[in-house]
Formats: sequence, structure tokens, C-alpha cells
Amino acid sequence: MKEMICTCCPMGCRLTVDDSDLNDIRVSGNTCPRGAKYGKDEVTCPKRMVTSVVRVEGGEVAMLSVKTRESIEKSRIFDALALLKGVTVKAPVKIGDVVVADVLGTGVDFIATKDVAVGPHGK
Amino acid sequence: MKKIVIIGAGVIGCSIARELSRYEAEIIVLERENDVACGTTKANSGVVHGGFDAKPHTKKAWYNVRGNEMFDKLSKELDFPFRRNGAYVLCFDDTKWDGLKKLYDQGVENGVKGLKVVTGDEVRKREPYVSDEVKGALWCPSSGIVSPYEMTIAYAENAAANGVKFVFEKTVDRLEKSGEKIKVVCKDGDVYEADAVVNAAGLYSDELNNSVSSTKYKIVPRKGEYMLLDKTSGYLTSTTLFQLPTAMGKGILVVPSVHGNVLLGPTAVDIEDKECRDTTYDGLAEAFDKARITVPSVTKKTVITQFTGLRAHADAGDFVVGWAGDDLPLYNLIGIESPGLTAAPALAVQAAEDVADYTALAFNKNFNPIRKGIPCFATMTENERAEIIKKNPLYGRIVCRCEVVTEGEIVDSINRPVGAKDLDGVKRRTRAGMGRCQSGFCSERVMEIIARERGIDMTEVTKSGKGSEIVVGRVE
Amino acid sequence: MEKNLIIIGGGPAGLAAAKSAYDAGERDILILEREDRLGGILNQCIHNGFGLHTFKEELTGPEYAARYIKEVLDRKIEYKTGTTALSIDKNKRVTCASEAEGLMIYEAKAIILACGCRERPRGAINIAGCRAAGIFSAGTAQKLINIDGYMPGKEVVILGSGDIGLIMARRMTFQGAKVKAVVELMPYSSGLNRNIVQCLNDFDIPLMFSHTVVDIKGKGRVSSVVIAAVDEKLNPIKGTEQEIKCDTLLLSVGLLPENELSRMADVNLSPVTGGAVVDDDMMTGTDGIFACGNVLHVHDLVDFVSEESEWAGARAAAYIRGEKAKGERVAIGAEGGVRYVVPQYALRDGEENLKLRMRVGNVYKNVRLCVVCDGEEVYSKKCMIVTPGEMETVSLNEKQTRALKNCKKATVCLKAVER
Repeated sequence: MKEMICTCCPMGCRLTVDDSDLNDIRVSGNTCPRGAKYGKDEVTCPKRMVTSVVRVEGGEVAMLSVKTRESIEKSRIFDALALLKGVTVKAPVKIGDVVVADVLGTGVDFIATKDVAVGPHGK
Repeated sequence: MKKIVIIGAGVIGCSIARELSRYEAEIIVLERENDVACGTTKANSGVVHGGFDAKPHTKKAWYNVRGNEMFDKLSKELDFPFRRNGAYVLCFDDTKWDGLKKLYDQGVENGVKGLKVVTGDEVRKREPYVSDEVKGALWCPSSGIVSPYEMTIAYAENAAANGVKFVFEKTVDRLEKSGEKIKVVCKDGDVYEADAVVNAAGLYSDELNNSVSSTKYKIVPRKGEYMLLDKTSGYLTSTTLFQLPTAMGKGILVVPSVHGNVLLGPTAVDIEDKECRDTTYDGLAEAFDKARITVPSVTKKTVITQFTGLRAHADAGDFVVGWAGDDLPLYNLIGIESPGLTAAPALAVQAAEDVADYTALAFNKNFNPIRKGIPCFATMTENERAEIIKKNPLYGRIVCRCEVVTEGEIVDSINRPVGAKDLDGVKRRTRAGMGRCQSGFCSERVMEIIARERGIDMTEVTKSGKGSEIVVGRVE
Repeated sequence: MEKNLIIIGGGPAGLAAAKSAYDAGERDILILEREDRLGGILNQCIHNGFGLHTFKEELTGPEYAARYIKEVLDRKIEYKTGTTALSIDKNKRVTCASEAEGLMIYEAKAIILACGCRERPRGAINIAGCRAAGIFSAGTAQKLINIDGYMPGKEVVILGSGDIGLIMARRMTFQGAKVKAVVELMPYSSGLNRNIVQCLNDFDIPLMFSHTVVDIKGKGRVSSVVIAAVDEKLNPIKGTEQEIKCDTLLLSVGLLPENELSRMADVNLSPVTGGAVVDDDMMTGTDGIFACGNVLHVHDLVDFVSEESEWAGARAAAYIRGEKAKGERVAIGAEGGVRYVVPQYALRDGEENLKLRMRVGNVYKNVRLCVVCDGEEVYSKKCMIVTPGEMETVSLNEKQTRALKNCKKATVCLKAVER
């Protein structure tokens, strides 16, 4: 049994998800079908997009914002973040440039979310 | 050359340093904080009192009235904001008219000029937001307002320009008699041997004196909490509004600041802890509720900050000014509570003359009484603004939006003599962070400028002295 | 110098307004941006969740900004960064300054205020306690981490559960800080559910409703905060105090439209929104001065900022062309649970369909959001829930718009759903 708040809409239904049988997951407390799907996804494979920053060398700003191109498993967020520790990229950087490839073997990359031109920071 | 050590860089220590720099001597100011005006000086009402409140024939009365008269000339010489805005002491009760009359007589006896007892309607004619409950008031046209820390910074800068040396983050542990001289022993082991010592240590002036003199004093910190309103509430009053004094002090004031804000407070509570600068839920509520008696339409919506000040109240009641006795070359200024700010210019002249006389100092022929402040972009005309940016392009970069403070001013505040070392130091000198967003936007930019100008790392930048570092490390 | 249109602010509102003014035919446009980069606050909002309405995909703040910056660059619209507008007046004279170009004075035909909002500081909410280092507004902490790369603290308490506070709880957690609690004065959060789940619940960060911070302790640096439960009148209840050790207090206690410039031009402000009072052209009470985005009223989704600002840009262009809507206006009031409606007026002879944006004052379930003209209900929308944290939008069709523009008194209100 898991309790959670549905995030599909502002209602914020309090869901109770019975996951004792993974082949027959039962969601209650939802007011619409979207809630049932949300509840199921959250107990089987919750995923999140991870966003953070890394340092830039020789850029117009000191930090480069990054994200996972797609969502990754929630349980692996901190392992993914650990990969960014100590990473420094050289300016210039373009949105979409790969910063860390294939995060934890998921096939998902950390990519830049900001253009950074050459500048005086982080020399 | 004779060596004079002044302990404490509040308004008293700094004003004495400046007046003493009219003489030839090695003058050193020791201050435990990293800047001037960090104690009682930075957190008070900023009122230049008329002088009707002090008991006749006290030192408070004498120095108050004489100090007040000095402000016009002094504020021009030292370029700090000062305005004679006048003050009312408000009477809310028809049975208390004799209270006003007593104040009036006391003021006349003290030598205060222009006092007048007026009706409530006369008050409201000038200050329409004053309560309808006000029945009458004492009007004191010579009352003024000043920015206490800007005044102190001006004094300190002028003193430094005339040769006074400031040593910050230097805490004095005790004084020791050393023949004709006196030894200043610091907590870090440093010793200064001086021909004379001036005790301007504020809340700690009792302990300093007691460490060497046979006459003992006791300072009781009297805590006062304030609320500061945004400039949009500046319409509430242009004059200083007192309520008839009570046994615990002058009551709650509603007073404009020289920069157009309005200050409510202070409360008055005697406490033990000389380091307690906390505001309290009850104290703030009291300040606000009592201020509302004076101006009923005041609202908490425009409050931008709160602060607490500690007044150095001596148990004797009056200022202690003069030599400590026991043949010690120790000049005391103890219990300089309200009206200490007003009295400071007069106290400083007296103290400097006494010390110079005692140590037989010659005049400093090179003394320059003039100090120019940081050019203030916010109050400039368009032409002046265009000109100054041409001269220094950093004046074209606005850092603090609320108070319109430029990078040029911030850089200047850091690099001038007795310059700012951290965020609060910059704030007191330039007003960056003093406005309605309370540094939400500019603090991070000011930190960068401080780090750059002082050649330190961002992690070393403080808010107000050691232990108040703002960031704890780099993002890794 | 002369300029047809000056847009103050190069964030999402200013960028969208510039783009659409251009597309409406206006070519003489200047954007003034005080930071060194276009994009405004989005540059520091590195989290995802932006653009679902506008681009049908989930972008981060900088990516969303980049889309609009590209639109502006593609159109070669003039902009000046590092340039702060110092004053405007009702004759649309603008003074601004930059390090590179000094003091500049412009006479504009129209001005669009797109200067955004700022955070309510500690002082405004009267929290007692010390004045040590370690007290930040959430946005300042966000800038320190995401733009400058410095950590504001290690052990954190957050006051206020607005979206920035929630986002920062996760952000600080990602960077190794321990967020001990998020404390909310109200019995509900003004943040999005999604953020409560993904920023707090995912990391077991407690959210305490009906609590507030009553004391901040520490010398030099914050060492703890004292929190307490509050009663129905939001006053702290004595005896419920608990002390939480921390070195940092983040404040996420509301946003205020930044209207310093508006005041200089005698722009009439609404005490409810804190922004200008506007008509359906997004024009303020001062002729030729328009407002859009967070300077007008605080939005929760940037998509709606863009939409509103594109409309303002197009109408400002029309104004410059002389298609000035004149004459009478009808007031649009907010009643029965609705706190405010923007625009506050509709021009009788305006021709476009009306879009009304509003916020409610409390959490309501199973209600109808209605537009009533002279006592007649011309529009109604069923809502399972409305909350103060989520802006509601009403799009009126042609007929409904006409009904509103021709009535004497229009109001937007909530009504119970009849069962």
C-alpha cells in the first residue's frame, strides 16, 4: 500500500495504491482515470527529469544549466547527480550539447540548457 | 610624538578622533568590530534632540543644547545628511497639559530656543496624519534628524584623512597603569602604551573603566526595538513626533529619516546581555501599536525591516565625562545614551580639548576640516548623472534598484579611507540594500564587487564581520 | 532620441511583447534590460516544467527564454542589456543608463512595462529574531547556486510553500544540503501539487501547514529558527514553539509586482494585484503606457505571461499606428470568492474577444466560475477545484464579449454548483 498525491491537476487527489500484486495494481481515491494511471506509474516506475548545473571555463557566465534529455528512474536521481560532480565544460556551449553522455547506462544524456558564449569566467 | 588611544569607533570615538586630529599626536582608534558605527550608533532614532527633555544643570542638558547648535556647520564640513525638521511632543490627555508646560519650562531653562505650546489642531495643520486624539503639543523647531552611521563614517573618514589610524577587529581586554602612562592590553595579546586613553567603548565603557579605576560604574543595556517603513509611507510625517515622556524614556517616536523613510520605535526594556540585538514578537508589536496612537493610519504593509538598538544606560543617570581619577590618563565617556548622538559633537570638542591640554599637544597645522562624501547618484540631476558616468562609467551600472545605487558608489565605498569591508558596510555608506527589497536583488552583485575590490573569495565575503559569511562553499 | 516603442524589461514578458509588436508591423522598438543577458528570471529557473502550453513540451527556464530570445534576434529587434531604466513620465520620456553608453534619454510614443516582480523580504512579514547572515529570499538563493555557483547553506528551513520555495527545497537537496522543513502559514500551499510531490515528497522533506517562524537565532550566522503553530487568525499559538537547528532560512513568502517606474508615470495601481489597473488593451490609466507579465499581476505559469504580453505588444503597436481605442469603458469587478480580475476594464468599442485572468481568495471545490453582466450570467465554467495558487483564465467568445462590452456592470464571481 502506498499513499500519494496525484499531480495531474490542481485537485491533488490523495491516492491509495495497492501494489501487493504487481499484475493487478489497484488505485483508489482518484476522481478521474488519469489519476489511476498516475498511481500505477508511480509505483511501477516513477520517473523524473533531473536538472542541475556544472561549471564553465572561459564563459560569459560561471555556471551552465543542464538536464537529462528525458526522465530517468526516480531512484537513480542522486547517482545521476553524482556524475556531474567536478565536471567542467569549456565555453562556448550551445543548448543541447551533451555534457555527460549515457547517464548510468540509461541511454539518456545530460545536455546543456543554456547557450554560453566565450567570456572571462572560471579561468 | 604623544600617543593617544581611543577605544571604540562609535559616534563618540570617531567624533573625538576627528576633533583630536586638530592636534599633533599619534592617534589610534581601536574597534572590536570590523567597521565604525557598529554598536549603539547604528541603531537609534537618528534624532538631533532640541534639549528640552534633559534635567536642567545635567551634563545631558548642557551637551545636548550645545551639540545641537553645531550640526548645521558640521554637516556641511563633513558632508552628511542632516535636516532640522522640528519636533512635537504630543499630549493625548487634557489633564496632562502641565506635563507639556513642565517640558517647556525645562527647555527654556536648558537654553532651547523657539519652544512653543500649541493646540492639537495646530499640530494637525502641519501634520494631517496625526491622531485626532492629540489635544496639544510642545513644538521644538530646533529638533533635527541625521543618519547616525553616515555622520560617524564622515567623522571617521575626516579623522583618517587627518592622520588618525583605525585598527579594527581589535578587542581591548583591560587597561593597566604604567607610571605616567597607561597600557591598553588587547584580547589577542597586543599592548598599546599611551599617554592618554579615551574610553568611548559604549556598552563596555563601564568594564573598561572598572578594569583600572577605583571609581566603578555600571552600564545597563536598554533595549529598543524599531520598525522601518518604506518611503511610500513618508507622507505620514515630516516632523519628529514624540509622545509625552514616561519613566522609561521618551516613549514611542514616529520619526522621518533623512532619506524619506519613517521609523517607529523604540521600545525600552532593560536587559542583561550586551550582545542581544534580537527583535522580539512582543517588542515589535508594542512599537507598532504605540506608534498607531500617534498616527492611526500607519500600516504594517509598508514595513521593510526591523532592528534593535541597545542604549548604554549608566545607573547614575547622567553622562560621565572627564578624567577617571586616580591620576590615570584615562578620559571617560560613560553612559552616553540619548541624547548622546546630539551631544557627540560638543562632547568631542570638550574631550579633545581636555586631552590635548593634559598631554600638551600642539596644533596640527595641516588639519583639513572638509570631507566630501561619496557622490550620490540617486539625488543627482540628469546632467550630473550624465557627467559622472562620463567620468566613471561604473556610475552607469545600477546595482541596487530600490535605492538607485551604482557600482561606482559601491567601489568608492570600499576603496576610500576607513572603507566598507562587507555587505552591511557598503549598505551604510551607499544605501545599497537599504530599500524595499532589502537586498534581495543586489546582495549577490554587491558580494561580487566586494570580493573583486578586496581581492578575496566569494566564500570570505561577510554580512557584518567575522562569522557572518554569506555563502558556505562552491557548488561542486 | 525618439523611439516608437520602448519595452522595459527583457524577460519573458518583454520578449513576447517585442515579438508580437514587430509582427503587428512595428519596427522601431527598443528593449531595455538591466541584466547583462536577455531572459530575465528564467535564466536562473533551471528546473523543468516551462512551456507545456506554449510549445507542448517540457522545457527548463533557460530553454524557454532561448526560444523567445531567438524570435527577437531573428527579427533584429534592438535591445540594450546592462541598461537600467531610471525614470519614465506620463509624457513617455524614458531615462536610462548603462556603463557602455552613459545616460540616455528617449521620447517614446508608447511604453510597455514588463519589469517583472520581486520577492517579499523578511522585513515585510515581521519575523522577530536576529539579523545574522543566512537569511535569504528563495530567489536570491536560487541565483547564488544556479548563476554564481555558491551554496547559501547546508542545513535549511524554508518559510513559505510557494513554487520558488518548493523548487529550492529540491535544488538545495540536489546540491547536498539538508532541508529540514518547509513551513507554511496557511492551511494550504500556494505552490503546485506537482512541485509538492516532486520537490518535497520525493525527498521526504516535511511540509508543515499552519505554522510560521517566530524567532531566528544566531550570532554572525543563523544557528536555529523557532517555529510555532498558528490559530485561525494566523497568530502564533504560545506553547507550540519548537526549535530547529539550521544555518539557513529561505523565504518564499510572496511576490510583488515591481512598480517603481509605474508610480513615476502616475500609473494607477490596484491595491489587490499590486500592479497597474489596465483595460483590455493592457493599457494602464496613463495614455500610451502598457503593462504585462508579472509587473501587472503575479503569474504562476510563464506560458500565460507570454500570451498576455504578446497581446500587449500587438495592442501597443496598434496604438502607435493611431488605432487608439477611445471612449467609454466598462468596469469588470471581482466578487464572491474571486480576488481580482485582469483587465479591470473593457473598452466598449474594442473588437477582439476578451480573455480574463483572475485569482480566487481561498480553496473552493465544485464551483462555477461565472461572468455576470447586468445580473445576467453570460458565461459559466465548472471547476472541480480552484485555489489561490493557480491563476484561472476565462476566454469569452464573440457573443459573450459583446454582452460584456455593452453592459453597465460586469462581474466575475464563483457560484456553488447546484446539485
